[in-house]
Amino acid sequence: MSKKKEIIINVALIGGLLLILFILERFLPATSMLFTVLKKGAIYALVAVSMNLLNGFTGLFSLGQAGFMLVGAYTYGVLTIPVAERANVYMYFDGGLIQFALHPIIAIILAGALAGVFAYLIGLPVLRLKSDYLAIATLGFAEIIRAIFQWDKLGPITNGSNLLRSYPSYKSVLFYFVASGICIALIVMMINSTYGRAFKAIRDDEVAAEAMGINLAHHKRIAFVVSSFFAGVSGALLAMYQTSVQAAMFKSAMTYEILLIVVIGGIGSITGSCISAFLFIILSEWLLRFLDTDTYIGSFHVPLLRSGFRKVVFAVIIMIIVLFFRQGIMGTKEFSISGIYHKITGKKKKEVKGGGADE
Amino acid sequence: MDWLSRNLPYLMAGISVGGQYALIAIGYTMVYGILRLINFAHGDIFMCAGLIMVYAATVFPVYISIPLVIVVTVLIGFAVERVAYKPLRTAPRMSVMISAIGVSYLLQNLALYITGGLAQQYPALPWISDVITVLGVTTKRVTVITPPLVILLVIVLVFLIHKTKVGMAMRAASKDFETSQLMGIKINSVISLTFIIGSFLAAVGSFLYFSNYTGVTPTAGAMPGLKAFVAAVFGGIGSIPGAVIGAFIIGISENIIKGLGWTTFSDAFTFALLIVVLIFKPTGLFGEAATDKV
Repeated sequence: MSKKKEIIINVALIGGLLLILFILERFLPATSMLFTVLKKGAIYALVAVSMNLLNGFTGLFSLGQAGFMLVGAYTYGVLTIPVAERANVYMYFDGGLIQFALHPIIAIILAGALAGVFAYLIGLPVLRLKSDYLAIATLGFAEIIRAIFQWDKLGPITNGSNLLRSYPSYKSVLFYFVASGICIALIVMMINSTYGRAFKAIRDDEVAAEAMGINLAHHKRIAFVVSSFFAGVSGALLAMYQTSVQAAMFKSAMTYEILLIVVIGGIGSITGSCISAFLFIILSEWLLRFLDTDTYIGSFHVPLLRSGFRKVVFAVIIMIIVLFFRQGIMGTKEFSISGIYHKITGKKKKEVKGGGADE
Repeated sequence: MDWLSRNLPYLMAGISVGGQYALIAIGYTMVYGILRLINFAHGDIFMCAGLIMVYAATVFPVYISIPLVIVVTVLIGFAVERVAYKPLRTAPRMSVMISAIGVSYLLQNLALYITGGLAQQYPALPWISDVITVLGVTTKRVTVITPPLVILLVIVLVFLIHKTKVGMAMRAASKDFETSQLMGIKINSVISLTFIIGSFLAAVGSFLYFSNYTGVTPTAGAMPGLKAFVAAVFGGIGSIPGAVIGAFIIGISENIIKGLGWTTFSDAFTFALLIVVLIFKPTGLFGEAATDKV
């Protein structure tokens, strides 16, 4: 199958998907669970891919994702609350300091940019650390960011530990898909560029990569900043999706969930992260909901089913995947049309060693 | 003198909390010393000990429930190692760490399911929870008995590690995992023992820690766990006296910060300290420098 044909098929598939969503939105009520799940899935797919860029492609085990999402979410909220609403939202801080509102799209980009700036500053000391020390230091920084945003002295800007709300948000599921689709496409392009190859070299062997003339500090910093940029964007999208945001929700548990999504999808697979993000959200928010409610079959009371059981089942599934299916859904492979085509026709395609985006 | 009397309550609370962190930190530092694994689930095992006490105390009198809690906690720690870490012994370090995060997620959700998400009232332990007055400060007796108890336990532990055969096996395993295996050390039982000691100390720590607080929530173990880990790094990971001293320093400074009215930043301080230590003295106060071989 030629490259041109593949591109055409891929574009057609994406177009078809968006068209289906567009038609569904016309026919299903806007409050349908399907849309809620799809929106959240798209957001988590983006943040999972951004984490995968670090953990899977650069080999930097970072646990700061929730902190950067928080920066993004707050930047978006703070910059877009309409001026008329500010007195209401910042009721404890005399209407707050900022008295202007930006267009949501600009605010989303700024959200990513500010998360990137934070990442640059944090990266200066932290990126010198190795493996598990890096993990714990980034986790620590995420906690520090959370403490700073809840600090009441910064209240005129961040509203302290109170909710940010009343900011504009796009209701259509299409917006979330297009926004996170563009971001994921940008990450894929980066992974396929020379930068991406350098990242993979660093992941496989730092010493060898350095010997080959790759500037370690420079490339690690780029990976960290880019990953945080997109985590910030996804934070802004999450704020938009939830219509209100509070620093207290961006705990380390959130980072763990994102990490587990990445692991389920396969560390080092972009499409794997996307698939598992949707699976994770659809299962946990929708399909496994029945585990949380008391159920009677006839007069038989089904044991164990009550509030919280869903998460226990979920955690057990995750442990099984971590222990027995360490590769996750995709391993380091990518889901692609040509891959399926070759599988069906039985022809061997050229193997790309080392794993990576080969769609 | 005036300053002292004003800050004495914070200082005492700090020493007490520091001792409780120390008991958790020993679990981290011993596991890291041998397996090179941050046992993210350790804080949650500590939380489980608290919860088990809550439920045990409703059925049994204290003299039965305390040993029961210790036994069950040790069993949980042992089981976690056997189920979640042992199968991954040859896997990359990242996989084991992810498994630890998975266990932590599982234990927290299990606790959430069992408690229904509500904070559970921790039972008042006789004698330990009594209110007493020391140097004009009213406090619970646990504040006073924590430091000597911790020091006693540490002395016993250090004796165990330096004077017994099992301790020698532990030290050998933490120096070189593979060579110690070749020398006939049963590595799996050494690791199990490490987890058993760690869980035992976490259970003891939970009695002291939760007596000071009113409730146990499913996430109650996460923060003390992380702080204890920082203490272990600060003292030099792998070193038990280091972990204890680190824990006392963190407990005291955290409470002094609270006393100064910066409560928001008391958690942040711990992590700031971690980052400073990792950058300027990655081996901590008493850690040994490790050289990476290419």
